[in-house]
Amino acid sequence: MKATALAGGLNTFPKYLLRNADRLGDRPAMRHKDFGIWQSWTWAEQLEEIRCLAVGLQALGLLPGDRIAVIGANRPRLYWTFAAAQSLGAIPVPVYADAVAEEMAYVLDNAGARFAVVQDQEQVDKIRSSAASIPTLTDIIYDEPRGLAGYEPAGLHAFSAVQEKGANLLRAEPELAARWKAGILDQSGEEVSVILYTSGTTGRSKGVIVKAANAVQAAVDTVGFDRLDENDSVLAYLPLAWVGDHYLNYAQGYVAGFCMSCPESAETAAQNLREIGPTFYFAPPRIFESLLTSVTIRMEDAGWLKRKLFSHFTGVAGKYGEALLEGRPVPLPGRLAYGLGNILVYAPLKNVLGFSNIRVAYTAGEAIGAELFSFFRSLGINLKQLYGQTEAFLYVTVQKDGEVRPDAVGPAAPNVDIRISDSGEVQFRSPGMFSGYFRQDGTSAETMTPDGYIKTGDAGFFETDGQLKIIDRAKDVGRLKSGALFAPKYIENTLKFFPDIREAVAFGDHRDFCAALINIDLQAMGNWAERNNIPYASYQELAGHAEVYRIIAGHVEEANRRLAHQPIMAGAQISRFLILPKELDADDGELTRTMKVRRAFVAERYAGLIEALYDGSTEKFVDIEVTFEDGRKGRIRATVKIMDARQHAPPKEMAEAAE
Amino acid sequence: MNAPDRSLAAAVPDDGISPGGLLMDVRHVSLSFGGVRALTDISFDVRKGEIRAIIGPNGAGKTSMLNVINGFYTPQKGSIAFRGQERRKMKPHHAVRQGIARTFQNVALFKGMSTLDNIMAGRSVLMRSGLLWQMLWHGPALSEEIEHRRTVEEIIDFLEIEHIRRTPVGKLPYGLQKRVELGRALAMEPSLLLLDEPMAGMNLEEKEDMSRFIVEVNRQRGTTIALIEHDMGVVMDLSDRVVVLDYGRKIADGTPQSVKSDQQVIDAYLGVAH
Repeated sequence: MKATALAGGLNTFPKYLLRNADRLGDRPAMRHKDFGIWQSWTWAEQLEEIRCLAVGLQALGLLPGDRIAVIGANRPRLYWTFAAAQSLGAIPVPVYADAVAEEMAYVLDNAGARFAVVQDQEQVDKIRSSAASIPTLTDIIYDEPRGLAGYEPAGLHAFSAVQEKGANLLRAEPELAARWKAGILDQSGEEVSVILYTSGTTGRSKGVIVKAANAVQAAVDTVGFDRLDENDSVLAYLPLAWVGDHYLNYAQGYVAGFCMSCPESAETAAQNLREIGPTFYFAPPRIFESLLTSVTIRMEDAGWLKRKLFSHFTGVAGKYGEALLEGRPVPLPGRLAYGLGNILVYAPLKNVLGFSNIRVAYTAGEAIGAELFSFFRSLGINLKQLYGQTEAFLYVTVQKDGEVRPDAVGPAAPNVDIRISDSGEVQFRSPGMFSGYFRQDGTSAETMTPDGYIKTGDAGFFETDGQLKIIDRAKDVGRLKSGALFAPKYIENTLKFFPDIREAVAFGDHRDFCAALINIDLQAMGNWAERNNIPYASYQELAGHAEVYRIIAGHVEEANRRLAHQPIMAGAQISRFLILPKELDADDGELTRTMKVRRAFVAERYAGLIEALYDGSTEKFVDIEVTFEDGRKGRIRATVKIMDARQHAPPKEMAEAAE
Repeated sequence: MNAPDRSLAAAVPDDGISPGGLLMDVRHVSLSFGGVRALTDISFDVRKGEIRAIIGPNGAGKTSMLNVINGFYTPQKGSIAFRGQERRKMKPHHAVRQGIARTFQNVALFKGMSTLDNIMAGRSVLMRSGLLWQMLWHGPALSEEIEHRRTVEEIIDFLEIEHIRRTPVGKLPYGLQKRVELGRALAMEPSLLLLDEPMAGMNLEEKEDMSRFIVEVNRQRGTTIALIEHDMGVVMDLSDRVVVLDYGRKIADGTPQSVKSDQQVIDAYLGVAH
C-alpha cells in the first residue's frame, strides 16, 4: 500500500482501513474482553478479518447498494461488518438491539435490508418471528452460536463460517484480494456510508443517509479539533446504532487510527473502563450523575479520616481545579494544596472511575447540572459539551479546551455553519450533514430549508462569547404580544433551580405578559416551616401561607433578574404567578409517567386560574377533582392568591450589547 | 482468525458409552433410617445424554434418592451400577472421582470467596500437581492453573456471569448463587450432573434462565442430567423421562406425557387418602 495508491483522496472508511493497516499495521485497532482476557487485533489483523468477511459476504450474494442490518452489543465482529459492507459498496444499517420485534421489523423493512448480521439467538428469534413483514431479508449471520444448533439452517450462517468461506476463496484465488482492494480504491466517496435510524421518540424512526465523503470529512474535522491520533483509545459501550457510538468510535477511530475496546458485556462496562483507561470518553449527563452519586454514597460509608480528606480536598479542587485545568493563574499555595489533593484523593478517585488517562471527555444530550459538571472538571478531567444530531452525523457545536461552561454548548464545530432563524430555531449546514431520509422524501424536505440548512427543531441563541445556548424545543417556543421571545421550558427551569420550587408551568404565547403556575417542594418548604414553627396540615395549607408566598415571590424576582441577564429572554420575565393548591400529579394526568408536565392538559384544567392571572384579579376560587393514590376521587376547593412579581431591567452593558 | 469460537473445550469425558446407552442403573434400592422407610425397592435407569427427572410430593424421598446416588447415604438393600461398575458402599468423593457432580437444594457455596474462586474449586478434583507445587504456585502447578482457568472462563461465559467474576458470592442474589453453584458442578466435567431443586425459590425470569442453561448444558456439552424438581411445569418441559416417587415408592416412570396422564401420579399430587 503506497500513498500514491490513495491519490484519489481518503474519502471512505475502507480506504482508511487500508491506510491504517499500512502505516499502523502493528498497532492495536480493536480490543475485546472475552473469557476474562483482553483479546486484541492490530490494524493488519483487523484488515484480514474484514477482508475475509467481505469476500465471504460477497460469496453469499451481497451486492453494492444492498442494505445490511447490524444488530447487537458493541462487539468487534459487528464493527467489522460496517467496514466489510462499505468495502463492497453495500450500506450498513445499525439497528438498536433492544428494539422489540415489531420495531425492528419496521426498521429492517423500511431499510429494505437483504442481510442482517446479529449478535445472538435473541436477535435471530426477533427477526425470524416477524420474517413475513421483512420480505427483502434473505440471510441472517450470527456471531454467537449458542442456542442456535437446532434452527432451520436455510438463510442462517455463522459469522465464523462466512469468514472461513471468504478465507478459503482468498486462498484459492490469490488475485481476489487485489480485486477487493481495487474495488475500495475505486470508490468515489459518493457511496452511502451508513444509514442511521433516529431513535424515534417523536413518531416512527427515520433512516438518516450519510454519504461516505461527508462522513469522513466530519470525522477529519473533529479528529483535528481534539488532536486525536493512534495513541488515543476509547471504550465502545454506547448503543451501536446510535450516531454517537458510530461517529466517536468507528468514524473517528478509522480516521485517527486509534484503538477501540469492546467491553465484555454491558454489565461489566464500568469495570472494563477502569481496565482500559481511555483517553477519549463520552457519556450522557445521567452517567456522570450516577457516578457522582455512587462516589458520594461510598464516601459516606467510609471512615472518618477518609471522609474528612475527601470533603477537604474536593473543596480545594472546587476552588482551584478548573483554573488549573484551563491554565489560568493560581497562587502557589493553591497549586501545592491541589498537588497534595491529587496524590491523596483525585488521582486514586479517577483511577477507580477509569478516568486516569482522559484527555478529552464530552457530554451531551440534555442539560448538565453546573455543580456536577464542575465536580468532574475540578478533578482535572477535561469534560466539555457538544451539541449534535443524527442528521449532522453528530457534531453541530463543540466547546474548545479552556472555553467551557456548563450552561452553553459551545461555538459551531469546525466548518459548521449555524444560524438562528427568525422564529428562534437553530439551523445548520455541516460537512457531515445527511443527504436525506431513506424512502421518506417528504420529511426530508420538511427538515431541510430551501437554501440547504437543516432545521434542528431546537430553539436557541448565541451568547455574547459566541457559545450556543439551547433553550427549548422550537415548537414550544412562542412570542408575547410585544414580540418578545417566550421559551417556557427555559423560564420553568430557571424557576425550578430553587429547591423550594418543585414544578412550574409558564404561559405567555400570544399573551400580554408571562405568568406562571408554581408547585412548592413540600419537603424543602416543609423543612422550612418546621424550623420556623409554622404549623400546617396539608400541602394546600402550606401552599396558601402568606410567608410561603413571600419566599416564592423572592425566588420569582431572582429568576427574573437572571432572565434579564439574557438579552433574548429579558422581554419575557414573569409578571404574575400563583401557587397551585395541589401538587401536579401523574394520576390526574397533569404529568406524564416520566414526570414531565403535560402543558396543554394543565392549561385546560386550570383555565380559570390562568384567566385570573391575566385579568388582574388578586385571588380566584377553584374547585378541582383529584384522584387519590388508591383510585378514589375527591375535590379540592381553595381560594388561590395571585401575586405580581418584580421585574428587572437588563444590565446596562448587556442592553447595549443587544442593540 | 484469532477470534476464538465459543465452542466448549471442557465437555464430557469419554466414558466409552454411546449416547442413549445405559449410564446408571439403580436396582431395588431400599433405604431406611431406623423405623422410617425413606425408599422402598426403587429401580430405574439413567441413559447417557438424557435429562432425567425425579419428582414427587414433599417427603417422597427425592433428596434421599439423590443422596444415595452420590454416595452420601448407603442403601440397606439393592445396588447401583454407574458406568457398568456396581457398588454398594461409597463415599461422596468417590462419586466425584467417578464423574458425578451435584448442586444442592440450599446453596452450598463458599460465601466469602469470589465466583471465580468458587468455580475454580470445582476444578480441584482434576488438579494433578501436588499440594506443594500448588502452594508455591509455580512450575507445573502454574501452567496447570492456567489450563483450568481457561475452562473456568468458558463456564463463566457460558453462564453469562462475567460481571460477577470477582464478587464474593455471599453478596449475590439467590438466583445468581444458584447459577454459580451450577458453574462449580460443571467445572468438574461430570458424566452425570445431579441437580437438587435447581429452581427452588426463584422468580419466573430466573427459572426461565436456569431452564435455558440446563437445556444448553445437556445439548451443547452432552452432559447427562438427573434433576429433582418441584415445579411440574418446568419438569415436563425440560426432561426426557420422569420417575415419580411417593412415600418412598416408585409410582410411575416414563415420558412426561405418559406420566402426566397416570392416575396414580394425579392422585399423589392432588392428595388422595392412602
